[in-house]
Amino acid sequence: MKSITVRYFALFRENAGVSEESLQLDVETALDVFEQTRDRHGSNEPLGHCKVAVNDEMADWSTKVADGDSVLLFPPVAGG
Amino acid sequence: MFAISEDSIDTSECRRMMSDHAAGGFCVFEGWVRNVNEGRTVDRLEYEAYEPLAVKEGEKVLAEARQRFPHLKATCVHRTGLLDLGDCAVWVGVAAPHRDEAFRACRYIIDEIKIRLPIWKKEHYTGGDSDWVNCERCATVGRHTGAGN
Repeated sequence: MKSITVRYFALFRENAGVSEESLQLDVETALDVFEQTRDRHGSNEPLGHCKVAVNDEMADWSTKVADGDSVLLFPPVAGG
Repeated sequence: MFAISEDSIDTSECRRMMSDHAAGGFCVFEGWVRNVNEGRTVDRLEYEAYEPLAVKEGEKVLAEARQRFPHLKATCVHRTGLLDLGDCAVWVGVAAPHRDEAFRACRYIIDEIKIRLPIWKKEHYTGGDSDWVNCERCATVGRHTGAGN
């Protein structure tokens, strides 16, 4: 198990009811974090429309996460 | 320069800062809050950004534009917070030696800004309800139809 701080933005924050939470998760990648928190909070946004950052760097879903990492989950963006 | 602003964008000041005697053309794109989207009447918009990464990614987009179009001067400012109808939500200014680079670079920047930056838009509708906008789709539509915002 790893201690991961998960941060939620916009729609994800509203779904989760919190802007961040510290979770003990059995995860290897950013994708694992996305899937486990999606199940936890009932979000149904397609993965392909979402983005992720690890420790304040834009990341891929295959990015490995380590104990103590911060994972930022971004719902579909809409600038402009 | 890329910036996120909680306050109204001073478009006159933005334009003034673009002045460059090496430039023969200047293009600006302003994204405005409009009163309707997909058949629903919009009263106002709310923008949220994760500023540290929005700025970093925004600067990356501007650097890419400068690499594609040499001798380019480019600036973008994006609003956050609650915006009323007609407010400027995003300002992109590009000065280049010739008009072709100016038009193309301006288009490149706004298209990338819309789909890459961690910025989210919530529409507030007449009647009181609201919804987050998914602009992965907007960006695709924009590219196909020529619509800018």
